[in-house]
Amino acid sequence: MKNIKVLGTGCANCRNTAVLIQSVAKERGAEILLEKIEDLPSIMSYGIMSTPGVVIDGVVVHAGGIPGRDKVESWF
Amino acid sequence: MGDREDLMKIENQQHTFYWLIGISIASLIWLLAYINLPAFANFILLTINLTQDTPLGEAIYFFVYDTPKVLLLLTGIVFVMGIIQTFFAPERTRALLAGKRMGIGNILAASLGIVTPFCSCSAVPLFIGFLSAGVPLGITFSFLISAPMVNEVALVLLLGMFGWQVAALYLALGLVVAVVAGLVIGQLQMETYLEEWVQRLQSGQTATYSDNNLNWPDRFAAGCDHVKTIVGKVWPYILLGISLGAGIHGYIPTDFMASFMGKEAWWAVPVAVLLGVPLYANAAGIIPIVEALLGKGAALGTVLAFMMAVIALSLPEIIILRKVLKPRLIGTFVGIVTTGILLVGYVFNFVL
Repeated sequence: MKNIKVLGTGCANCRNTAVLIQSVAKERGAEILLEKIEDLPSIMSYGIMSTPGVVIDGVVVHAGGIPGRDKVESWF
Repeated sequence: MGDREDLMKIENQQHTFYWLIGISIASLIWLLAYINLPAFANFILLTINLTQDTPLGEAIYFFVYDTPKVLLLLTGIVFVMGIIQTFFAPERTRALLAGKRMGIGNILAASLGIVTPFCSCSAVPLFIGFLSAGVPLGITFSFLISAPMVNEVALVLLLGMFGWQVAALYLALGLVVAVVAGLVIGQLQMETYLEEWVQRLQSGQTATYSDNNLNWPDRFAAGCDHVKTIVGKVWPYILLGISLGAGIHGYIPTDFMASFMGKEAWWAVPVAVLLGVPLYANAAGIIPIVEALLGKGAALGTVLAFMMAVIALSLPEIIILRKVLKPRLIGTFVGIVTTGILLVGYVFNFVL
């Protein structure tokens, strides 16, 4: 079970990122717990400078723009 | 291990080679298309049996000439910018700016604003990221003002529709406004007007930057992605802007604008700026309209001030910034930038 957080203030890119992760995880049959963090102080506490950001089990794996599909696939 | 690295290096070189061939072919096609733009527009007019003497003919010519021209320029320059931006990740820009002194730091920040990838939804994380790494407030503002205002889309459109002189002037004045506004905000020592949680974050982190190890094929691919994102996003605005511009071009009498947007009307600049601030359009939609207005006797300074106000100050951005800035600092920011834009408008009108 992977704990995945999508960091972003709710722009279209952030929503699309969450949807992409959800669909890739389902395809791969990976069990995930997807969480969206939209509160600014919490987002900033991860030290990223551009959104959307993706955090897996507490580690920032992506920041800025929608991640490419192959990048998302490499996480599972 | 060594064999495998060699293999990867060869593969990398091969990919770079393929990219270069592809880019050369694309450039050639691009150039041919660009040279033949007037011929294409004339051909369209001929086939629908119109001449530029009629209002409808003039409007259609404007549309079929300017649309492909702007889209071509945009594609080319956005591709190049996409590649340049891979060298300037926000983290790198931050590391470059951390601990810089006022003055030189402001100039550097405003210049980096042109090449660092920026989207208004990332404005706040970027803002805080800069401050928390010890980039002074005034320098951070220089960046924040220049990044949206002096962007490649605005420059491309100015270049395509007014020539390089106007594009260069816009670039220079945009940088001047960003530098001066940042210097003034820095002088005012307004750090206490940041929201409390931001103040606590300040000086919490150190700025380090680890190269993300991109190779050339990655950078070329980033250029293509950038074209897809930017051109994919702005083309409807460009079409809309050029359509409106075409209408103005064909149907509004020459010198119609001169009476209220000309040089003689001293109040035209402030009115243009006031109208521009709440308007939220991107450069792509606004510039074709601006070009058509200019053709009808509007003064360049008035029109440029309007454009800068629309692009640099937008209500959505101000609302987002409110989450990190107290009202007084927001007010100062908007006030100083507005003043700067007003000055630019007047300087243009009276000097040119």
